[in-house]
Amino acid sequence: MKGQGRGLQIYALLYLLFLYAPIILLPLFAFNSGTIIAFPLQGFTTDWFSQMWDNATLRTALTNSLIIAVSAAILATCLGIFAARASTRFEFPGKGGMMGFILLPMVLPEIIVAMSLLVVLLGAGVQLSILTVIVGHVLICMPYAIAILSTAFSSLDKSLEEAAYDLGETKWSAFRLVTLPLVMPGIISSLLISFTISLDEFIIAFFLAGNQPTLPTYIFSQLRFPKQIPMIMALGTVLVALSIVLLALGEYFRRRGNARMGGNPTGGFL
Amino acid sequence: MTDDRKPMIECRGVHKHYGDYHALRGIDLTIRAGEFFSLLGPSGCGKTTLLRTIAGFEDISDGAILIDQKHMGDVPANKRPTNMVFQSYAIFPHLTVAQNVAFGLRRDPRGRAEKAALVDESLAMVGLRGFGNRAAHALSGGQRQRVALARALILKPKVLLLDEPLSALDRKMREQMQVELIKLQRQVGITFVLVTHDQEEALVMSDRIAVMFEGEIAQLDGPEALYARPANRRVADFIGVMNFLPARILGEQGGGATVEVPGLGVVELPERQISRANPDDAGPTIGFRPETMTLVGPNQTHGQPRETNATIDEVVYYGDMTYYDLRLDGAAAMDGKARPVRISMRNVFGRDVQEVGTRTRLAWSPGSLVLFR
Repeated sequence: MKGQGRGLQIYALLYLLFLYAPIILLPLFAFNSGTIIAFPLQGFTTDWFSQMWDNATLRTALTNSLIIAVSAAILATCLGIFAARASTRFEFPGKGGMMGFILLPMVLPEIIVAMSLLVVLLGAGVQLSILTVIVGHVLICMPYAIAILSTAFSSLDKSLEEAAYDLGETKWSAFRLVTLPLVMPGIISSLLISFTISLDEFIIAFFLAGNQPTLPTYIFSQLRFPKQIPMIMALGTVLVALSIVLLALGEYFRRRGNARMGGNPTGGFL
Repeated sequence: MTDDRKPMIECRGVHKHYGDYHALRGIDLTIRAGEFFSLLGPSGCGKTTLLRTIAGFEDISDGAILIDQKHMGDVPANKRPTNMVFQSYAIFPHLTVAQNVAFGLRRDPRGRAEKAALVDESLAMVGLRGFGNRAAHALSGGQRQRVALARALILKPKVLLLDEPLSALDRKMREQMQVELIKLQRQVGITFVLVTHDQEEALVMSDRIAVMFEGEIAQLDGPEALYARPANRRVADFIGVMNFLPARILGEQGGGATVEVPGLGVVELPERQISRANPDDAGPTIGFRPETMTLVGPNQTHGQPRETNATIDEVVYYGDMTYYDLRLDGAAAMDGKARPVRISMRNVFGRDVQEVGTRTRLAWSPGSLVLFR
């Protein structure tokens, strides 16, 4: 029994190492003064970070990506709230099929989605820009937003909103005063997940951005130049640090919200 | 309980359809001001739907609902003089107890201090003085129920609607809350309309009860009348326990009838013991409650006019009560089927619980029988 447990422990360690070793290498080489990504390490430097900071194209790409990710997250979450509320509160003909179709992009190959979007947009004569990327990203973020928000809405007692209405509030103020605060942890989760999905999405951004760079397409384009790679490592380090901070924040808010409401979990991925 | 109080709620020919489903089938009902009124019936009988149409959560398909002599057709739930205590209590979990109770006062122009005093008063009324700053999610079931009551009553509604408010509580708590609800209703004098599937609860608390089956009111009466003179077999069966025996009508004189009941013999029944609304085509049937007949020992005397011999088939001991299932001698005479009848006896000091198989005598009076025909 004991020996068996040890074997599983080693397996788990190796598994985690396989998952995280490449990510641990990122900061290692980001602070390495050598221009070639190889051991042994040369010396400590922060040059790559300042080089990254001075790079105008990278700044444009970062700005574009942030605009896209924030817009897509907000749009997908707002639309998700409508869909989640409709699907958990009301019965209407064709509901099952409709929800199925909304969730479908989750499993569709992204390249197919990107290609068909490109064909449609070009056919309609729409100029490719970060706006078109936002549209594409809303499409792929929606299923995740709805999945998270539906859990949040369905764990809510339907009579809460009725009670607020019965006590003299309007339908809208009942929603704002009761439902919204109670599903807020789900909304924050949805915003964070959508933001993360959009920020590192490559294929749709590559197809639909026209000549505008986003962070992933910019990184991809720089991989052709070996001397840029240490700077990309620095960028990667910043992004990983940011993701960890964001996820931790999101989880903190979710747990605080749960504790305040007596600990029944309402959506969230962690 | 005088009948001359003004009507508070009037339902006139109320129908409700959900697609093909006919949930309410012409409800005519008047609930008087200050009354504790119950809608009683099995699940799916339309009682909750009726309550929700009064509250304004559901539109009615046909008919009219008046509250305090005003038509409610165009009045939405948030403008009606009714407040509701929900089955789940619907306490807002993100607010404190005081914030919950004060929720309905948000649009009230009165000052902060005045509102706080109202909240304290309401909480004191339901026995939760000093609970204001507690988090709502940390309350027990009984406390949630009280918060829900305080939250609804603080608005001084003309009607308080209660949707199975006690069904989530354990037995002890439920019995305690029943008494408290009655006291509270007398204290505030507001019309209470209670929905319940628990006949005992309805009998304990109500001034009048409407028994509903399949979207229709089967009987509307006070608790005692409902129990003693059920309008039909279905009501009789739903309210408490009733024994049914087939009967043959030998003759009729005036409004009364002479009937023969296998096991009980020939009895004459006056008009008030005869119920003519008997829709289930079972033929004439005699009904009686378990507590209206008594078992008597071999040498015991009794003051009842009639006596029947029987054998004890089954004994169910409840502590304070014992239920006996009996086979009456000659009960199979009419159609060959011997139906057991159930008799309940208080376990008073000095009376032994009888054993299965014992031959015994059953004392009874024709006055306790009801004829359904």
